[in-house]
Amino acid sequence: MASWFKSPASETQVTHGQRLWLYVFAVITMILLVLPTLIVIPMSFSDSQYLEFPPETWSTRWYDNFFGSDEWMQAMRTSLQTAFLTMLVATPVGVAAAYGLHTSNVPFVRMAFVMMITPMMVPLVLVAIGAFYAYVQLNILYTVTGLVLAHTVLALPLVVIVSGSALKGYDMSQEQAARSLGAPRWKAFFTVTLPQIRFAVVTSALLAFLTSFDEVVVAMFISGGDNPTLTRNMFNALRDQIDPTIASISTLMIFVTTVMMVLAQVFGQQRKP
Amino acid sequence: MTTTALRPNEAGLRTDGRLERLRLFGLSSPAMLLILVILVIPVGWLFYVSFIGANGEFSLENYERMIKRKSYVRIFITTFQVSVLTTGLCILIGYPLAYFMSQLPNRLANLCLITVLLPFWTSLLVRTYAWLVLLQKQGLVNQWAMNLGLWDEPLKIVHNMTGTLIGMVHIMLPFLILPVYGAMKAIDRDYLKAASNLGANPRTAFWTVFFPLTTPGLFAGSLMVFILCLGFFVTPAVLGGGKVIMVSMKIVSNIELFVNWGAASAMGVVLLIMTLVILWIASRFLRLDQITSGGH
Repeated sequence: MASWFKSPASETQVTHGQRLWLYVFAVITMILLVLPTLIVIPMSFSDSQYLEFPPETWSTRWYDNFFGSDEWMQAMRTSLQTAFLTMLVATPVGVAAAYGLHTSNVPFVRMAFVMMITPMMVPLVLVAIGAFYAYVQLNILYTVTGLVLAHTVLALPLVVIVSGSALKGYDMSQEQAARSLGAPRWKAFFTVTLPQIRFAVVTSALLAFLTSFDEVVVAMFISGGDNPTLTRNMFNALRDQIDPTIASISTLMIFVTTVMMVLAQVFGQQRKP
Repeated sequence: MTTTALRPNEAGLRTDGRLERLRLFGLSSPAMLLILVILVIPVGWLFYVSFIGANGEFSLENYERMIKRKSYVRIFITTFQVSVLTTGLCILIGYPLAYFMSQLPNRLANLCLITVLLPFWTSLLVRTYAWLVLLQKQGLVNQWAMNLGLWDEPLKIVHNMTGTLIGMVHIMLPFLILPVYGAMKAIDRDYLKAASNLGANPRTAFWTVFFPLTTPGLFAGSLMVFILCLGFFVTPAVLGGGKVIMVSMKIVSNIELFVNWGAASAMGVVLLIMTLVILWIASRFLRLDQITSGGH
């Protein structure tokens, strides 16, 4: 142990003992990063109104509360439906855009790229009130269609960036080979290029799903009526009081996220054969 | 005698090539159209509305209000304060952690990276809620601190600036750590070996060789954090308890409570311009896609 303290820790010859503070600091930070989210899970099974930890008596009453409420169920349906449809729209549209920008050598490609990532740069509140106004004119306020369109716009930059960088790492001459052997462009894309960037495509699809599922600010303005999203209702409930039902919903949302993360990992791992 | 005579198809091929490129570019048109209709045109309309006064005619009153009214000035100051503090804290906490992770063996580093990615993927609302529960008066933090004897009475650490900063730093940290970690991983360790071979002590080697090489990543990450902070809404709205009012919150209340589109739009335009100016300045040092992908 003593010799470990004195042994060099990195190329700079700093010893482990000299930077013990770094290890302590890093471990504490990592605990603080994960713990707040994870601690909600046991708390959601507490029987008490006051979310204690560790719970004195366990129960699933907050889950019963959630699954028994028509309002929450309606919200969950809207959220899942919107997230799923956003994924289905944003992925092909985004991948097509990334492919178009990558292959066409027109001089205004850079400008087009900037336009693609504007949804990332414009403050969300501005997107929200802009969409709110536009949806009143288009008569699609408080509809799933409207939500899907807005969330697709928010997800597009992620899809374009993730699948665009996969295309950059892909050797385009393979597609050219397929085409010179007589495959039409679309066929070359679907049979040669797409299978090789499929992990990036799957990742961007999952990102699109989560972008929509977790989105609050835009949904606050353009969802409502018969179609409020889960996050919108959660946010409104948070502003009033600390309802333990939110803890059970949070746990379910953490579950959804974890499933997505594992899926992304599983698909990502296969990249290295 | 011209080249066209030697290569009779050249002109035709060139037009074909140009058409093909345009057709390919056309693949991006659905995405462009969506962004145009849902985002660009409505924001353009907000820009127009911001110049319309209460009497329905062109006026600068919405902008004058922001300079003249103390409450508006204070909101902008608060927004900057929160953004600067959050970014600074993220650097102080995130940089050492990224440094620590970058020197671990790969398998262990990936395990540690999960602790950064898990909150990154988790809903921001869920994380904000978690902090609300932890920091409240009867919450765990107060309970544990009192059990340990750190303080005697429950402290007010939420529904104020402290709570907002805790939540914001927790939410923003991954945005800083990931690009910095990426930059650190890309550094060739032989440079450090060379430095210490040439007699640099660890501190000198770190500050003159390692740190400068990580600045693009650090810069990109900090920038991302700062810009996200400027427009942040959910966390300050929940953890600030009405005491920390940021620009985006005022925009929302201007619409929801006062239905004052002019005032809301003008604030939004100022927020947008601030963001764009910062990005523009940054783009002189980094390319835009470097910023979005974190300095690579």
